[in-house]
Amino acid sequence: MTTINFTLNGEPVTADVKPHHNVVEVLQRDFNLTGARESCGQGLCGCCTVIVDGKAVSGCLYLAIFLDGTQVRTIEGMADGDTLSPEQEAFIEAGAFQCGYCTPGFILMTRQLLDENPDPDDDAIKHYLSGNLCRCGAYLEIMEAVKLAARKRKGAANIG
Amino acid sequence: MAQPKPVAAAPAMPGRQVGRALPRIEARDKVTGRAEYTHLMQLPGMLHTKIFRSTVAHGRIKSIDTSAAKKFPGVHRVVTSEDVRSVIPEPYYGPAFHDQPILAIDKVHYVGEPVAAVLAADPHIAEEAAALIVADYDELPMVLDEVEAAENKVLVHEELRPAGTFADLKHLKGRRGTNIALDFKLRRGDVDRAFADAARVFEGTFRTQKVLHVALEPIASIADWRESGVTIYTGSQGPSFVRAEIARLLGLPENRVRIKVPYLGGGFGSKVYIKAEALATALSMIVRRPVKVALTMEEQFYTITRHPSTFRIKTGIDRDGRITARKCEVYWNGGAYADIGPRVTQKSGFTASGPYDIDNVWIDSYALYTNVPPAGALRGFGIPQLVWAYESHTDTIARALGRDPIEFRRKNILRDGRPHATGTIMQDASLEATLERVSQCLNSKAPLVRAGGPLRRGRGVAIGIKASISPTTSVANVTVAADGSTTLACGTVDMGQGSDTAMAQIVGEVLNIPAESVKVLPRDTDVTPYDMSTLGSRSLFHMGHAVRLAAEEARDKIKALAREVGEPEGSNVPVSELFKKRYGMQAGTIIGTGIYKPDYVPPDAASGLTPNATPFWMCSAVGAEVEVDVETGKVRVTRLINVVDCGRPINPKIVATQISGAALMQLGFTMFEKMHIDAGQVTNASLADYKIPGILDVPPIMNNETVDAHQSNGPFGAKGVGESATFGVSPAIANAIEDACGVRLTELPLTPEAVLRALRAKQGKPLEDEQ
Repeated sequence: MTTINFTLNGEPVTADVKPHHNVVEVLQRDFNLTGARESCGQGLCGCCTVIVDGKAVSGCLYLAIFLDGTQVRTIEGMADGDTLSPEQEAFIEAGAFQCGYCTPGFILMTRQLLDENPDPDDDAIKHYLSGNLCRCGAYLEIMEAVKLAARKRKGAANIG
Repeated sequence: MAQPKPVAAAPAMPGRQVGRALPRIEARDKVTGRAEYTHLMQLPGMLHTKIFRSTVAHGRIKSIDTSAAKKFPGVHRVVTSEDVRSVIPEPYYGPAFHDQPILAIDKVHYVGEPVAAVLAADPHIAEEAAALIVADYDELPMVLDEVEAAENKVLVHEELRPAGTFADLKHLKGRRGTNIALDFKLRRGDVDRAFADAARVFEGTFRTQKVLHVALEPIASIADWRESGVTIYTGSQGPSFVRAEIARLLGLPENRVRIKVPYLGGGFGSKVYIKAEALATALSMIVRRPVKVALTMEEQFYTITRHPSTFRIKTGIDRDGRITARKCEVYWNGGAYADIGPRVTQKSGFTASGPYDIDNVWIDSYALYTNVPPAGALRGFGIPQLVWAYESHTDTIARALGRDPIEFRRKNILRDGRPHATGTIMQDASLEATLERVSQCLNSKAPLVRAGGPLRRGRGVAIGIKASISPTTSVANVTVAADGSTTLACGTVDMGQGSDTAMAQIVGEVLNIPAESVKVLPRDTDVTPYDMSTLGSRSLFHMGHAVRLAAEEARDKIKALAREVGEPEGSNVPVSELFKKRYGMQAGTIIGTGIYKPDYVPPDAASGLTPNATPFWMCSAVGAEVEVDVETGKVRVTRLINVVDCGRPINPKIVATQISGAALMQLGFTMFEKMHIDAGQVTNASLADYKIPGILDVPPIMNNETVDAHQSNGPFGAKGVGESATFGVSPAIANAIEDACGVRLTELPLTPEAVLRALRAKQGKPLEDEQ
């Protein structure tokens, strides 16, 4: 076991991990956070997405030991208290999911996309989200949600 | 993390709840990552399981050496079928046949069959130890293909073991020397005579491949067995079935078996009946601790799949271009265990002649055992395989006759008031309207703009129907608390189709309260009453009626309470005041119960005919435009039009997503998804090698629509929609490919390789390996 220290959704935390433990299992086992979840186990579906130092990684492949000294954000850190993030609101309003298993990954990727490119066109959205899979096939609504989130963020920026 | 703010208890709200495009009532939990799924659950003291699986497709087990696994540090227990039989003497389960052992007994029947299980507190240890188990087999000949299996040269099982649940399987009890797990027949008119009299006769054979549900939450169950009974947390589409089947296996009354089902991360038919529940229960009984069986994505490929099929179809046409006869022979590859395959064979089999008005029909539909992973229900329950064949075939006929494919369908389509092949009179089936709408969207009279270079463009259509699953029962309870707040208990499992929201809308409609104010209980068989299962697009109709009836009973009891406390008729005093007046304080409860089972007449054993085959028909039409690169065989679906008849949509927003989602899933099954099997071994059991549609696979133009329709016997005019948009996607695209470049594909998927081979064969220049 190795002790690691990192910041999880703004809080400093500590965990004891073995070299083979991945990020998903440590988040679930030690912090009871299940928003990042393993599905394909190969980093292909995006269900396990977490943000490490501002960059999206596949939590089922990313070893927990590498979290030492990093800033980690998960879907559980997206809302501000009772207030959902613009991306979360947009996914609800656009109906951009069905079973919801892939949804945290899509929302985190949407946040990262809009941070990099506040006004993406269809091709940019498709390219950026091509690493996330939704077996319920809510892709049309996901496209709509990303555009809605972009508008919401601009609106908030203008007010701010 | 903050919980969503509680909704104020039931203020009277003008306006209707049915027809609202309400966001899903659980939406907030899903976007915050808080929604519960079994695969993510943990119990105190829980052990993890790793399954050791068969490496041969058919063989006698000579020995299983578990000694190294047992010695591995951290392993709690290694279990084989002998241990299972010490707690469950007859450990065979299944909805149609009791043919599937919890762990393999004496023989293995497919590569991937569970043979032993390793338990450990650390899942990594269980996995490492499972790799140390060595099993030795006497290999037996295997049969993989469904048509070959029907010859009965290699037998998968020595004796058939029907479960006794279904009347039409009882005659198979004890039958030996056969792989046929059901032979359904339908005979209408005189096909031989009609073929003899026909102006033209057409024949074709169409095949579909083995595909997988790929629910992103893999199958998972946790069992916690105590002396007092067992509690099972499971990602199941049918908690009532799981309870009854586990109770049967354990010899317990149903009230000692408790099934708790949170949300499901997709189901699509993979989580009906028993999947991991029986193994988890047996393991928990053996070690007397909670045990979790959570499959990986890879293991789902060895658990339950969709039936490959071979469909031989023959059609007679008269001089006017009317279809006078159709003969259908359908072979369903059910794999090593029957699961619900015999019901696919019958319940879908009887629609094999298609949505056409045909006087003479002959259908033979066979469920076959083979030595491949089992097949069961998958979104459409066999219908997409049938529509693939009959709509490809119908198109080839229209083209051979020089008739417009839409016009040819219009001429022969089965209209309301006319008898289906079963003899059941069609009612509230707006099939023609779906075809007309697709025709309109396709603008099929206008010439296509021809593409340049090697690209060829084409258009295709297809139509299909599906009967509902009958006779099946649903029960619901609606409870009104003393503050007037309302709770719904029903066993329908929300696996993404939005049933919780739709059911809340039905309660809201009856009680005139906002759907958001209705709490829908998580599934728990200790609390939620019986429901047959969440499958076959039956829930909105069957459970929708039960929920409506329960809410109506609650409403009537509220009215009675008002009369009892002296309120005048039509008074709008809040419900909470009625309780207070009656009981002197905030006290009391009103419970309304609804039970629904539609009428049904089972098919005649000899002819397969029945005057009432189904309470409602699902109907849909698909239009596709494609672009084929004749140099590479690559097909681009440039437009996909999906039009369904779902009666009156309860929630139009969710209906639209169900339509596009179903169509996109079927698009994957059409264009690229295929489980490759080599000597019985699945060789692409991972998402790296088995591709499902991503966002880049969505056609640039998609129309997803409902037609204006009303199901007269449905709850508020509605009927199911979960499968309807799957029916015709595959043949519409294959028909468009023929339209574009003149080649006819008869086997799915429609890969560039398949298209190129067909193009080269047509040019008389077959690819080298075919020469």
